Amino acid sequence: MSDLLRNIIRFAFFIAAQHYVLNRVPHLHQYIVPYIYYLFILWLPFSISRINLLIVGFITGLTLDYFTNQIGVHAAACTLVAYIRPFVINILAPKDSSEFNYREPSPKAMGWTPYLVYALILTVFHHGYMTFLQWLQFGSFLDFLVKVVSTTGISMLLIITTELLFPRRLKFRTNTA
Amino acid sequence: MKNIFLFIRRYFTFFAFLALQAVALWFLFNYNRFHRAKGLGWANEITGRINSQFDKGEDFFNLKEENKRVHRTNDSLMNLLRGNFIKPDTSNRFVKDSIPYDTLGHYRRYIWRDAKVVYTSVNADKNYIQLNRGSNAGIKDNMAVINSDGSAVGVVVNVSPNFCQVMSLLHVQNKVKGELKKSGDFGTVEWDGKDPRYLTLKDIPGSVKIEKGDTVLTSKVSFNFPPGFMIGTIQEVIADKSTNFYVLKIKTAANFYNLQQVFVVENIQYDEQVKLNEATKKKIEDPKNNQP
Repeated sequence: MSDLLRNIIRFAFFIAAQHYVLNRVPHLHQYIVPYIYYLFILWLPFSISRINLLIVGFITGLTLDYFTNQIGVHAAACTLVAYIRPFVINILAPKDSSEFNYREPSPKAMGWTPYLVYALILTVFHHGYMTFLQWLQFGSFLDFLVKVVSTTGISMLLIITTELLFPRRLKFRTNTA
Repeated sequence: MKNIFLFIRRYFTFFAFLALQAVALWFLFNYNRFHRAKGLGWANEITGRINSQFDKGEDFFNLKEENKRVHRTNDSLMNLLRGNFIKPDTSNRFVKDSIPYDTLGHYRRYIWRDAKVVYTSVNADKNYIQLNRGSNAGIKDNMAVINSDGSAVGVVVNVSPNFCQVMSLLHVQNKVKGELKKSGDFGTVEWDGKDPRYLTLKDIPGSVKIEKGDTVLTSKVSFNFPPGFMIGTIQEVIADKSTNFYVLKIKTAANFYNLQQVFVVENIQYDEQVKLNEATKKKIEDPKNNQP
């Protein structure tokens, strides 16, 4: 399966899972909102150019925005995540290019600890910025802090579960591809 | 000049990032002020199509609950049939008609249309409900939405040809007029964005006697809601000593977790009422008209 087709299917799957499952389950508490859809951006291949990454991030966010009717919130947060992603990968990925053989970020490609740090940093940025935008319009500062921490916790839990449930069969990056 | 181009090319990604952020924020702040955004009309059509496909499957699981509710409503309506009553006097006549006014001079004020919920949520601060009726079916902004069991649900805020968006009572910007069934005092029903099972009723003066369990109805002073439909029951009474007004916690009558069939209610005189209201304000507050 080509990268493009694979990512289009993933995109549809993540948006549907977010909108029809996670946004609709009776929530545990007003502060705990489960988010997973931005894992799509985390899973994009290493080889994608930075400008394309930004555009894909923006479109992902905007699609969910049109579903949830809060135009702009997710788009802004996803664009931020897409912008920061290359920097985080640069810091965490192994410098030796012989170890840097896989197509996309995954626990197998980067090792569990670097991958979780990578996911955690981007999750904090995503939730921090998104909750900040919502807080500008409504809510108190304490709400804002608690919401960022609890939402980050539940999202990390979901990401780890997803990684364990759906281990991606990754091919080595080869010259022939 | 060359240096400028070099500079832009060097930081092109960063500028692209700033541009996309600006677009997103512009959407965000414009939309929340006017309930409109660029392309929201056609986006509403597309999300509506997808949502109604999903809803077909979901309906299946809610049929039982919905059936019960509809049956209860039917039951209460059956009790109102003329056949249930014996007339004491043959000169009494009960006239009911669907034309705008009847022979006794009663004008029709509200028109009811049925609609089906294709998407609803309760988890956000700002919850919207999508219905499968739009401007093609005569739906306009500011119409009231009432659940199949007769409890208040929300107000239409946006319309596309085949679908409409409803601002649910569970929306932090929502302000609906509600009144106490016992005393008739009215106040404003709001939501604090926390628990989707509870709303807040404000502006009820402290002199009114209130007990837990009292019923809150849609108010006679509301422009869009027909009066006398249930909003909820009082769960907790908190007296605000500083302002001498109550803050009442209300349990919602509608179950927002599984809305299925609803009614969209149109007040035929809505435009006239709003226009008169605004014209009055203008007339009284205009300094030109205030000179003795």
